[in-house]
Amino acid sequence: MNYEAVIGLEIHVQLATKSKIFSGASTAYGAEPNTQACAVDVALPGVLPVLNTEAVHMAAKFGLAIEAEVAHRSVFARKNYFYPDLPKGYQISQFELPIVGSGHIDIELESGETKRVGVTRAHLEEDAGKSLHEDFAGMTGIDLNRAGTPLLEVVSEPDMRSAAEAVAYMKKMHSLVRYLEICDGNMQEGSFRCDANISVRPKGQQAFGTRAEIKNMNSFRFVERAINHEIERQIDLIEDGGEVVQETRLYDANKDETRPMRSKEEANDYRYFPDPDLLPVFIDDVYLDQVRKLLPELPDQKKQRYIQTFGLSSYDASVLTSSRELADYFEIVTAKTGDAKLSANWISGELAARLNKEELEIGASRVSAEAYAELLTRIKDNTISGKIAKDVFEAMWNGEGSADEIIGSRGLKQITDSGAIEAMVDAVVASNPEQFEQLKGGKDKLMGFFVGQVMKASKGKANPAQVNELMRKKLQD
Amino acid sequence: MSLDANDIKAIAKLARLKIDEADVPGYATNLSNILDLVEHMNSVDTEGVVPMSHPLDVAQRLREDIVTETNQRDELQKNAPAVQDGLYLVPRVIE
Amino acid sequence: MSHYHEKSLTELSRLLHAGDISSVELTDAYLSRIKQHDAVLNSFITVVGDQAMQQAAEADKVLRSGGAGPLTGVPIAHKDIFCTQGIKTSCGSKMLDSFISPYDATVVSRFKQTGAIVLGKTNMDEFAMGSSNETSYYGPVKNPWDIGTVPGGSSGGSAAAVAARLTPAATGTDTGGSIRQPAALCGITGLKPTYGLVSRYGMIAFASSLDQGGPMAQSAEDCALLLSTMAGFDEKDSTSIETSIPDYSIGLENPIEGLRIGLPKEYFDEGLDDNVRQVIQSALDRYRELGAELVDIALPNSGLSVPVYYVVAPAECSANLSRFDGVRYGYRCDEPRDLFDLYTRSRGEGFGAEVKRRIMVGTYALSAGYYDAYYLKAQQLRHLISDDFKRAFEQVDVIMGPASPEPAFKLGEKAEDPISMYLSDIYTIAVNLAGVPGMSVPVGFADNKPVGLQIIGNYFDESRLLNVAHKYQQSTDWHRQIPEDFN
Repeated sequence: MNYEAVIGLEIHVQLATKSKIFSGASTAYGAEPNTQACAVDVALPGVLPVLNTEAVHMAAKFGLAIEAEVAHRSVFARKNYFYPDLPKGYQISQFELPIVGSGHIDIELESGETKRVGVTRAHLEEDAGKSLHEDFAGMTGIDLNRAGTPLLEVVSEPDMRSAAEAVAYMKKMHSLVRYLEICDGNMQEGSFRCDANISVRPKGQQAFGTRAEIKNMNSFRFVERAINHEIERQIDLIEDGGEVVQETRLYDANKDETRPMRSKEEANDYRYFPDPDLLPVFIDDVYLDQVRKLLPELPDQKKQRYIQTFGLSSYDASVLTSSRELADYFEIVTAKTGDAKLSANWISGELAARLNKEELEIGASRVSAEAYAELLTRIKDNTISGKIAKDVFEAMWNGEGSADEIIGSRGLKQITDSGAIEAMVDAVVASNPEQFEQLKGGKDKLMGFFVGQVMKASKGKANPAQVNELMRKKLQD
Repeated sequence: MSLDANDIKAIAKLARLKIDEADVPGYATNLSNILDLVEHMNSVDTEGVVPMSHPLDVAQRLREDIVTETNQRDELQKNAPAVQDGLYLVPRVIE
Repeated sequence: MSHYHEKSLTELSRLLHAGDISSVELTDAYLSRIKQHDAVLNSFITVVGDQAMQQAAEADKVLRSGGAGPLTGVPIAHKDIFCTQGIKTSCGSKMLDSFISPYDATVVSRFKQTGAIVLGKTNMDEFAMGSSNETSYYGPVKNPWDIGTVPGGSSGGSAAAVAARLTPAATGTDTGGSIRQPAALCGITGLKPTYGLVSRYGMIAFASSLDQGGPMAQSAEDCALLLSTMAGFDEKDSTSIETSIPDYSIGLENPIEGLRIGLPKEYFDEGLDDNVRQVIQSALDRYRELGAELVDIALPNSGLSVPVYYVVAPAECSANLSRFDGVRYGYRCDEPRDLFDLYTRSRGEGFGAEVKRRIMVGTYALSAGYYDAYYLKAQQLRHLISDDFKRAFEQVDVIMGPASPEPAFKLGEKAEDPISMYLSDIYTIAVNLAGVPGMSVPVGFADNKPVGLQIIGNYFDESRLLNVAHKYQQSTDWHRQIPEDFN
């Protein structure tokens, strides 16, 4: 039988505020355990939460960006459960009245089609601390530095049908929150995390199958692997006559498998109720208009602009707008070279390959946009060929200097003096008389041989177009 | 509303309270009586009445996003029953 | 032997400022009285004598050099629900028997700033859950008027200590009557302010939407002085109200001719003790003599306030008390086998029976399938109860009635019967549900036990409440009575 997967994602976006959502402790990552957990964060008796204005602002930005209704009135609720990394014994979250209502984002499928994925809601809540399971004489250690870090939990509709779609959605969301500058997007540090609800059903069936929730996925690769693994597990289970049970499973990246989560075995009864320590949050249209005015150009808008004003292909425009930093890089390079297509080709080609190889983000590129533009300008003005440019780029990457410095010191400037090239052509023809006769006799394939020999003689510096032209002239003589 | 011993045990578990077996019937009686008292609420029709969570109808005030707290770990952990290397210790948690 | 204890807080403040006494003398005198009498009363959980004497010496310097406020050098006591830096803050519970607060509650730091002296922390029902002070881990408090009876609760330690003149004043908190009912039973004056007037930061939460701190002292005049220090916006409490705080002492002498006093018929029903009724009636007569007009009113939904309260308060407390888990502070059971065992035994052993009962009621009321029938329903009724007051205050200036249906009852009399205990707060609870301010003022005795008149005001109308109470106290001396064994 043919099966279809149904996938919904819950993405936890850590908001890039300086202080916590309900306290004045720092949210900086990587501090010594519990040094950024103040009285409110460790839930001392008597302490009270006060809401961070920036968390509300960021949530509103997000809501507008996904074309969702930002709630005029939203309410914080207590979600009750006991866990050592949850100091109050309840998490302050939003339940019935979240700050962001339903919206959507568009993702691009491998086929090139665009698919709209629904966002059910997004709500503000506080992050929990961390449990460290290294051996402390058989105990678990609790670090509450992360407790109280603001999260925006973005819940999607079950609109995705494959792991690839889920990853495309997640990547788009990742790009969006960084465009909006509401999250640093650092997945290793847990700033952007994802849980997936997965079920399978026979193709054509309307009703959803029983779903399992997979937790603990903090890279795009893991999400793809974990979802694929889970889809397979569920199909195997059904085909073997079994039934999928509704449960929470944990993805183990080391073993590449999911397993039921012990701590979630018990059916939870979270006993949500409005948090009496906090009052309703009101957002009016004046506020929203201000937020809207300050929204940056978003990926989809930028992509359309690149297609329309720069004449880029849809694919190139998508790649270049996939992150705000990359788009900014592209725009600087284009402004300096005055050639959007050349810039696009070289950024999504040579530079992207290099970054990919070294697993670097564009922000960590060892060649700045300005320096890269200088290199591309030298291609454009025929100072060097594309081939030579690759070598120059390599040298620039290794810190040997600017494009012009490297071209100068290595003498890579293209030879465009036709007298000099003609002399080289003559010399090559003279030393290969037999082949030249064959070429003359119609063996066109040999043209490449002669051009190659001339290029070799010029150490690659001769302008290839000129060499071709002079060779043709020679044949006509 | 009458709660039996099993109800009490289930509620106590949810609330993470250990109740001695011998005390269960007493709690069952007490809680049932309290719920009977509470049942009087049903004498009034509240259809359409807006629930009131707060005595005063005011909006949440917002705090500026600034870091105001410094490291108080040592002070806060003076009250902790078990700490090591700055971490609060609990019996091993299996995820 | 000095007789400072016969003086009110206001009088002591004047003596201190006049230089007739020093804070050191005064503080020492009160510490001696605590030593002498509290073995019987058990009204203090912690006494901080050395610290108090140091503070007093500091206060004397300020008093001599100028710049002293009205409360500089005046000894007070805090209910043990307020966090006090460096001092044990137990909330009357075994759970916090070892808890030394690393910070001060806002109320505590406000008093500190004015130079008031803290004598110690007063006994209370465990986590403020009780109406008799019998649920305290530290044992019951005795009523100084009859040590066989309860002082009321949950601020029973504060009420008994003020009544026995072991402190000129004390702080209290009131979630369903916990200031007013013990004030009534001990014959002192207590005020529960409008919700949001006094910061809840550092006041260990019982039911967050109902809890409110307030003053307990001999007279309305004293309460006005205390409230001027306690009240005010606090950026650490989201439910604290940004409103300008008047000097509550200023309007005390305003005439009350023409004052319209509402008498809700529901507060004079068959549940009211006849002797108490008579005492209340004579107090009302006195108000009529003072020029007030008595108006019959109705608070039709007030009969539901006890049921509503016993959903709302337990629901909120069930979450508020989840933080007591034996991990970061407080009681932890011996040798927990696993995490579940750590939680259930630490909480099972650390909390007393009444606390456990309420946590369980709240847990049940919020649990899946019951939320609408209990919690939501209660929140809707709360709206109706609150509307009753809004309507009433369109007709009258203040509402009066008994603070408690009966005078102090015997120790142990209701301890085994939660429901009869809960009904002790039948006249006080609606005030908390609505969030309006209420007072209890001593107006006489029934069976030689004090009776308290409850005066309820409109939102933020504390000045008027204090004025109305003060005018009565100017013409009577019930508030000056001291229990014989403690004079």
